[in-house]
Amino acid sequence: MKSKFDNEMKLEFLSKSNNEAFARITVAAFVSQLDPTIEELADIKTAVSEAVTNSIVHGYEDKPGIVKIISRIKDNEITIEISDNGKGIEDIEVAKQPLYTTKPNLERSGMGFTIMESFMDKIEIESVLGLGTKITMKKTIKSMKLEEELTTL
Amino acid sequence: MESKYIEEDKLLILKVTEEIDEYSVQKIRRKADYEIERYMPKRVVFDFDSVTFMDSAGIGLLMGRYKMANMLGGKLEIANLTQNVKKIFEMCGILKLIPVVNL
Repeated sequence: MKSKFDNEMKLEFLSKSNNEAFARITVAAFVSQLDPTIEELADIKTAVSEAVTNSIVHGYEDKPGIVKIISRIKDNEITIEISDNGKGIEDIEVAKQPLYTTKPNLERSGMGFTIMESFMDKIEIESVLGLGTKITMKKTIKSMKLEEELTTL
Repeated sequence: MESKYIEEDKLLILKVTEEIDEYSVQKIRRKADYEIERYMPKRVVFDFDSVTFMDSAGIGLLMGRYKMANMLGGKLEIANLTQNVKKIFEMCGILKLIPVVNL
């Protein structure tokens, strides 16, 4: 069977915040086959960390649940899907606003979506109240493109 | 996190040595608050030199300590921002509130 993608991985883990480092490091290791720059890798790790934090803190509200990550590579583009079966987002447009947070007393900055949007090329949020949230983020790794251009010169 | 208090300058240096995320920030916050309350410093400087990763949990950490330092009559400053840390602080405008100093 021929896949639409060059490579793919799936990851599932309990919604515990001490899994955040595991999640972002695993995605970073998967992306590293595209030979990203240090900055691109840092951007991806940060975006993954924000999405996973949202699932754990807001989706499951620190109750046990499963966070899923599917990551795919096609050419030099990485797609990362992070989903939970948590409570869902009531109003996505409001949630995306910089500094908006439902938990200000816990020193949450409300910058999660802003960081995901600016660190990745594209982000899509799908959410159903009571069922869960899925965030799909894409980023083109530019270093490889540059390298290709250089080798064809 | 390592802390150092310089009595003659009433300066408390909090050197973060771990990655900053939702998980680690809880411990960092507790330790920082403990040290600030213990010394009541005039200046609190967060040193980010050893921070290899930070997400938006770092913004909340700074905002909380900024309010606390102000309330206790002190001042919060930051130093040695790594590229990833700087990018996040620049994005949220926190650098307009909290000065970057040299240590």
